[in-house]
Amino acid sequence: MNKLIFGRYIPGDSFIHRLDPRGKLLLSFYFIGIIFLAHNWQSYLLLFLFTMFAVLMSRVNLGFFIRGVRPLIWLILFTVILQIFFTRGGHLYWHWGPLVVSQYGLVNGGYIFMRFVLIIFMSTLLTLTTPPLQLSDAIESILKPFKVFHLPVYEIALMISIALRFVPTLMDETEKIMNAQRARGVDFGSGSLSQKMRAIIPLLIPLFVNSFNRAEDLATAMEARGYQGGEGRTKYRVLTWKGQDTLAVAAFAVITGLLIWLR
Amino acid sequence: MDITFKDVAFTYQAGSPFASDALTDINLTIHDQAFTAIIGHTGSGKSTLVQHLNALLKPSAGTVTIGERVITPETDNKNLKPIRQKVGMVFQFPENQLFEETVAKDIAFGPMNFGVSEADALQRATEMVQLVGLDTQYLERSPFDLSGGQMRRVAIAGVLAMKPEVLILDEPTAGLDPVGRREILGMVERLHREQHLTVVLITHLMEDVAAYADQVVVMDRGQVAKTGTPQAVFQDVAWLQSHQLGVPETALFAEKLKQRGFQFEQLPLTEAALAAALAPQLPLTKRGATDE
Ligand SMILES: Nc1ncnc2c1ncn2[C@@H]1O[C@H](COP(=O)(O)OP(=O)(O)O)[C@@H](O)[C@H]1O
Ligand SMILES: [Mg+2]
Repeated sequence: MNKLIFGRYIPGDSFIHRLDPRGKLLLSFYFIGIIFLAHNWQSYLLLFLFTMFAVLMSRVNLGFFIRGVRPLIWLILFTVILQIFFTRGGHLYWHWGPLVVSQYGLVNGGYIFMRFVLIIFMSTLLTLTTPPLQLSDAIESILKPFKVFHLPVYEIALMISIALRFVPTLMDETEKIMNAQRARGVDFGSGSLSQKMRAIIPLLIPLFVNSFNRAEDLATAMEARGYQGGEGRTKYRVLTWKGQDTLAVAAFAVITGLLIWLR
Repeated sequence: MDITFKDVAFTYQAGSPFASDALTDINLTIHDQAFTAIIGHTGSGKSTLVQHLNALLKPSAGTVTIGERVITPETDNKNLKPIRQKVGMVFQFPENQLFEETVAKDIAFGPMNFGVSEADALQRATEMVQLVGLDTQYLERSPFDLSGGQMRRVAIAGVLAMKPEVLILDEPTAGLDPVGRREILGMVERLHREQHLTVVLITHLMEDVAAYADQVVVMDRGQVAKTGTPQAVFQDVAWLQSHQLGVPETALFAEKLKQRGFQFEQLPLTEAALAAALAPQLPLTKRGATDE
């Protein structure tokens, strides 16, 4: 159950770990934006070096990042292959009907591959170095201005925190129930498709029933303790913007400038 | 069917940064038709150990021999079903595994997975529901409408319906009231005595260990700290207490009597044994002094 790398926080005390989660979240999105500024190998090299620098600074094993790419590898290869076979231009190496392999195609395929890998590395960096609850605090803080449009910001943040909190619980429970049903002769993941589907039912029903029960218990417990969200509620972990966060923003600004210059 | 552990070690999430050793250096035999109790404090590896008994977990090192089958780290996950049928496992809080519309269907689920026909499986459900002390009127009820204790009985019936040769119970009485506890253990003991089921019981209740077990395995930090008869294991009260394990009340009481000058060859574990050992030591004149 623990193959799910996305959303798995690795405790640490690196520069990246200590950054303000709001800054990290926004900069990760910003990175996806500026990656589209890159159109030549120099700019991709720059972005690659920058990403690797950030990865090294986080002091998280590179294996985690590579494992983050793995679940998406088929999507990436599919996109890259489409790009290669359907782009014309430059030297033509091979063609067959509508399919071609051209110089532009190969180069574009390479760029798209890089784009995917860099985006995945950067977003993996965010989730590996930021505890989920800090992310939800960051979302709450970022969404706050939208309260004037009656967006239920506190409720959204609370929902995200509770959901995140119960991800590990649900994974543990899934494993326990799977084991219990295995002991009763269920074979998960073998047999025909319809057999596989049927094997899911003894897993899903207890999982749902238990989750509803747990949700009810949680609601009761919160009410019993007089929980009230929204205005006036203070936080145990207060987010503070520090010099290092400004530094990170500055680094991204420099990269943006270089990318524009390299175009 | 004996189950033998040879130099078994087990690591959760091996090869990842979250790897943790749950078992090391386990050498152990669960004898055919014996009643084995496994004790040890929370996190000592009891649940991990018993999940090797029906190959839900495979050892990271060493071998587990279940009857004829030898499970090694390389064993394929296929063809383990015959083991699962022979070694029935009641997990902790087994009521969480119920899912069918009716109690009857849920109990029949296990046997049907092992190729028993629906009619036969439902027949077994009728038998088993009574065996665990529920009325047959419950068969057509939804398992989710029952009380916690009743759900637990249904779940146990679902495992018994597979007609296993070995029955493993992981803290089957946790959270039950004393009456429910006695009934469930009484039932297990009856199955053991009458149908010669091999029983492996994880429990924190030392009285039950003293009353029912032939063999006790004490787990401590992923290792087998002690094995032996309850009589032998419960002799060393100080050792058990230093490992945060309980001792049967009777043995504790006898230990206190010992400090007051009474003699016991071995600490008695049950009230009957205590009375028998005490009687010859009680001259009529001394009787008043022992009232406390
Ligand atoms: N699914 C799991 N993943 C990782 N570690 C586990 C898992 N289950 C148990 N452990 C760890 O293995 C050790 C033994 O646990 P367990 O066998 O459940 O002990 P017990 O049943 O004696 O309380 C504990 O340290 C526990 O944290
Ligand atoms: Mg346990």
